[in-house]
Amino acid sequence: MTEKVLTYDGTFMGFLCCVFLSYEQKIKVVEIIPAGLDQSQLFCETENVLTEESKALRVLKGLKTKTSSNGFLRIKWAFLSEETGIELKLLQMINYIFSKKQKVDSDYSNPAVLEITKTAKKVGREKHRMEAFVRFRLTKDDIYFAIIEPDFNVLPIIKKHFKSRYADQKWLIYDLKRKFGCFYDLNKTEYVSMDLPEDMGISGGNLEYFDPGEIYFQKLWKEYFEATNIKSRANMRLHVQHVPKRYWKYLSEKSTFT
Amino acid sequence: MDFDRIKEKLEILADAAKYDVSCSSSGSKRKNTKKGLGDSSGMGICHSYTQDGRCVSLLKILLTNHCIFDCAYCVTRKSNDIKRAAFKVQEVVDLTISFYRRNYIEGLFLSSGIFKSADHTMERLIRVAKKLREEENFNGYIHLKSIPGASDELMREAGLYADRLSVNIEIPTKSGLKLLAPDKDHEDFMKPMEKVKNEIIQYKHESKLIKSTPKYAPAGQSTQMIVGATGESDRDIMYSSAFFYRKYNMKRVYYSGYVPVSNDPRLPAIGSQVPMLRENRLYQTDWLMRFYGFDIRELLNEQHQHLDMEIDPKLSWALRNRQLFPVDVNRVEKKLLLRIPGIGLKSVNKIIQARKFTKLNWEHLKKIGIAMNRAKYFITCDSREKELKDLSSENLKSIILQNSQSKFRKDINNQLSLFQ
Ligand code: SF4
Repeated sequence: MTEKVLTYDGTFMGFLCCVFLSYEQKIKVVEIIPAGLDQSQLFCETENVLTEESKALRVLKGLKTKTSSNGFLRIKWAFLSEETGIELKLLQMINYIFSKKQKVDSDYSNPAVLEITKTAKKVGREKHRMEAFVRFRLTKDDIYFAIIEPDFNVLPIIKKHFKSRYADQKWLIYDLKRKFGCFYDLNKTEYVSMDLPEDMGISGGNLEYFDPGEIYFQKLWKEYFEATNIKSRANMRLHVQHVPKRYWKYLSEKSTFT
Repeated sequence: MDFDRIKEKLEILADAAKYDVSCSSSGSKRKNTKKGLGDSSGMGICHSYTQDGRCVSLLKILLTNHCIFDCAYCVTRKSNDIKRAAFKVQEVVDLTISFYRRNYIEGLFLSSGIFKSADHTMERLIRVAKKLREEENFNGYIHLKSIPGASDELMREAGLYADRLSVNIEIPTKSGLKLLAPDKDHEDFMKPMEKVKNEIIQYKHESKLIKSTPKYAPAGQSTQMIVGATGESDRDIMYSSAFFYRKYNMKRVYYSGYVPVSNDPRLPAIGSQVPMLRENRLYQTDWLMRFYGFDIRELLNEQHQHLDMEIDPKLSWALRNRQLFPVDVNRVEKKLLLRIPGIGLKSVNKIIQARKFTKLNWEHLKKIGIAMNRAKYFITCDSREKELKDLSSENLKSIILQNSQSKFRKDINNQLSLFQ
């Protein structure tokens, strides 16, 4: 069997086309990487896979019939982890799924299934954290605005949550790391890219951009947070376990407002 | 909005509300309708955690801390010399909406000291909830405190706007209540619970016939008991708890380690330690009762009136029932899987899934994430090597203790030394 390294456009659909190709050409795929990244296999043929919706959809359809809805979700979420090598792990899991008659997406004795499940869980945790820690600030033009820098690419899977919750306010969540945002205009959400001024900050209420009342609500929230603490029960270890320090930057209750 | 004034009130009225440990915002199923604000159909989210590690999910405040009663265990009691404040109805509404829109909270938990009368207070709480629902089209979570002694009509109305209602029984025994809150009547607590229970049953019945029946307290009712304020045993507490679950279909019973707030000689002195380990063991017991199929009498009874602080209640039970073990994880029915120490609900489900495909061995079990240091003495699986099972329960317990790290180790030492 020929061994090949596949490169693709970095999207989930693109990845599914890699899966398609591996079956079509009956090749052994040794690596799948987003185009532009360095491959680790030096002496191996490389093929750049073009994303074609029809092929991706065929794989998608096959996958959906051979997985439980949770199993399918885990595949999608694990993909969003953007971890190096995750594509190959996913391919292994998909191979295993297609090789069996019954649904095996919850067979944790298979190493690929177990690993994908674990990765999906990490992504799920990050999704959950972002749904919790997003802090909107009201801008002068009446948009509730938040900045995030998630470990994994979770914006595509958190937008639904915010859309159903904040149906009557305009909002924009911007992923600083991946340089794109999701904007809701009271009707639909769409992805946007833009340049953010540096002094917008991740909390605070710079009057150039934000509603004059904004900073007061952040202060009230902080006041609330402090009042609700019970000193004689203090347990900072548990606190930090729930809110790892790298997330503190989002939280106005943790801010010092200097 | 007068921010300074609001800030001062918030400080006082959030501080007074913090002893109510419930902050749950799940189980409501209230969806966003007509493009309004908010949705509580999901799991409920902790938007932050206090420095003592408790979930912050709701804006939890009192409407006022003026109170005509004098319950000894409560900071808000009439005789306590503290600053008093009161929110206006509209102020609470505005604060809730502004926090909610910024994704700080899942909703509001509104309680109150009793001013004038129970009905008067309850009526004011309802007004806040009604405004939120009807004027702001708010579908976030609302938890209202049922004021002991409030009328049936008001309790009926409250449930139309609130997702959850709760009356805190606070003191687990009638005698304790008589001692610490002599001017409160035990019946006053039960009456609103009974009414809410009946309304929920009726709602469930009617909504089957008529789809458009207005929701009634979809997240059910809960209550809270203070632990360690009077000399009650763990058995007293958990038997009361079982009673509330059964009699009033409670969604949750909360256990709150008593935080000393008074120099009253009837109570633990200010500065005494909050019994957090005990609280934790009670929660574990509560879970065993609700999700693991245990009858409370198996865990606590005449011979065992207190929980073992050193080990979790399931392990403690298993050590008393060695004749049932070891069990084969590849065969044993779910009911018994649930009873194996060190195997939680999630692991049980994973085991059941995985064993359909493969005979599980120690390696598999480790990967699934069960607590081997406890579980291995109670199970067999598809591996040769067997763990020592002819040890006495006493020996086994000390081996397990030596090989485990408890997050409460420090507390155990502290709290045990009290009895030495
Ligand atoms: S009635 Fe409620 S608020 Fe008033 S003192 Fe008793 S427990 Fe506290």
